Amino acid sequence: MIVFENVTKRYKSNVALDNVSVKINKGDFVFLVGPSGAGKSTFIKLILKEIKADKGTVKVKDIDVTKLSARGVPKLRRNIGIVFQDFRLLPKKTVYENVAFAMEIIHKPRKLIKKDVPQVLTMMGILDKANKYPDELSAGEQQRVAIARAIVNKPRILIADEPTGNLDPNTAWEIMQLLNDLNQHGITILMVTHAKDIVDKMGKRVIAIEDGKIVRDEFGMYGYQEALAAGNESAFDTISVNRRRTIKRRFRRGGGR
Amino acid sequence: MRTLFYTIKQSFIQFGRNFNMSIISIFAITCMMMILSLFFILAINVNAAAETVKGEYDSIELFLLDETSEEDAQVMIDDMKKQEGVADAYYKTKDEAMAEFKERWGENGYLLDSLEDNPLPNSVVIQIADLEKADALAERASSYEGVEDVKYYKGTVDKLLRATRFIQISAVIIMIFLIIVSIIIVSNTIKLTVFNRSDEISIMKYVGATNWFIRGPFLVEGIIIGVISAAIAVGVTAFAYDKLVDAVGDQVYSMLSMPMVPGDFLIYNFAWIFVALGVAVGSCGSIISMRRFLNA
Ligand SMILES: Nc1ncnc2c1ncn2[C@@H]1O[C@H](COP(=O)(O)OP(=O)(O)O)[C@@H](O)[C@H]1O
Ligand SMILES: [Mg+2]
Repeated sequence: MIVFENVTKRYKSNVALDNVSVKINKGDFVFLVGPSGAGKSTFIKLILKEIKADKGTVKVKDIDVTKLSARGVPKLRRNIGIVFQDFRLLPKKTVYENVAFAMEIIHKPRKLIKKDVPQVLTMMGILDKANKYPDELSAGEQQRVAIARAIVNKPRILIADEPTGNLDPNTAWEIMQLLNDLNQHGITILMVTHAKDIVDKMGKRVIAIEDGKIVRDEFGMYGYQEALAAGNESAFDTISVNRRRTIKRRFRRGGGR
Repeated sequence: MRTLFYTIKQSFIQFGRNFNMSIISIFAITCMMMILSLFFILAINVNAAAETVKGEYDSIELFLLDETSEEDAQVMIDDMKKQEGVADAYYKTKDEAMAEFKERWGENGYLLDSLEDNPLPNSVVIQIADLEKADALAERASSYEGVEDVKYYKGTVDKLLRATRFIQISAVIIMIFLIIVSIIIVSNTIKLTVFNRSDEISIMKYVGATNWFIRGPFLVEGIIIGVISAAIAVGVTAFAYDKLVDAVGDQVYSMLSMPMVPGDFLIYNFAWIFVALGVAVGSCGSIISMRRFLNA
């Protein structure tokens, strides 16, 4: 489903990914873990072709992402749903409109939108919130909307970048159940996370990146002290100032409720 | 079809959300375009004047001595017709010259009736096809036996043409400058809208909306701004120019013996140029503002 072959990505002299080869199969549920600055986001951005690899090939389904022209990028992304830590819902649209938006902008017929949006909201257990605005929802509910939006176009792959980072443990766990359900329905899931508990409990495939290299790829455990990578203050000493700001901003933005 | 509808609807929504900025930029661009249209009108009038001048002064006239016969004149004509740069050459009798004179004097032509003898000479008129050759031709003509005087306005024509070319080039440079400023104004306005919608845009990109679908509303928004500005500018300028022609057109004609280009002619022929310019300015402006944002 997703194949990296000898992929290297540099930002100027800084090597973000160093000759990475890995294969994620159809139907896999994969955790991508590692300290901040390890190259996890770079990995995701390469899949989405937000950035270009300097060396090697990235393949998604049968698409050679590295050879894809700018025109081909939208087509690639229609195969991939994406969920972020900070939800990224449109505040002036209702829940229903936020989800419908994802269908409208790729020209799905109106009839299909009317059928699919309620269906996916039901799946996420938030049909009763359809006419509410994002700021009227709890963080967990917002993340459900974001997932609904990510899957409404029926992508085969779902990428989640720290989807539980702004959620309390119980809510996080509910979201994990939803992702697990989606995985049971055949969607390949790639999730970046710092949540040791979750990774350990789920017992899925774990790919660990450090300094741009894959250092571990096995089923099971998170393998780090949670504090090393998660957002608590004691861990900040080990990560860049830049990253610190990002985390703080995210907390302010999404974690207020 | 739905996409088109969405694009237009979205562009109006954006225009509305960004209303103050939109209005300010419309105002600014309207001013630019009004100044631009002044130069445009100037350039057109000067151009028309230049054509008139060229048409009137593209001939050399050889005034003949009284004793020069028509046969002698015919020899000159034949010789001239062999030269390069000559369109035509013909004999003009003193009576024909007098008739022309009377016509030009119009109502006052009766004054000439009091003359007993026709004081005008017979002449040979040489129509010049290539003004560059005029000097040489005039020189050659003055060496003919039986020519009293050679009347030829090359100096004047040259000066006039040089002046008009200067005015036209300056007008074009100023117009280009104004167009560039307008494009910058549009692009800054659109940049603001792009900024306001950057969350939406990033989601659209993640979901796989095509670049043109994302750009569409901004493009249309820019075009709306450009076209509205152009329309206002054309309207105001045309109205003002029409009034100006009414007021001073006759004086200009009698002073310079050149007509001003009539107002309605200008409107019908050049309104669409300005609207096209509005479209161009609007789309260039928005494309520039989106370039950095929307690639990748
Ligand atoms: N746009 C960028 N410009 C320069 N360096 C970058 C950029 N993005 C990431 N990096 C660097 O690349 C490395 C990997 O970053 P990233 O993939 O974001 O790590 P992670 O998501 O695992 O925290 C880090 O050293 C980071 O500083
Ligand atoms: Mg990251």
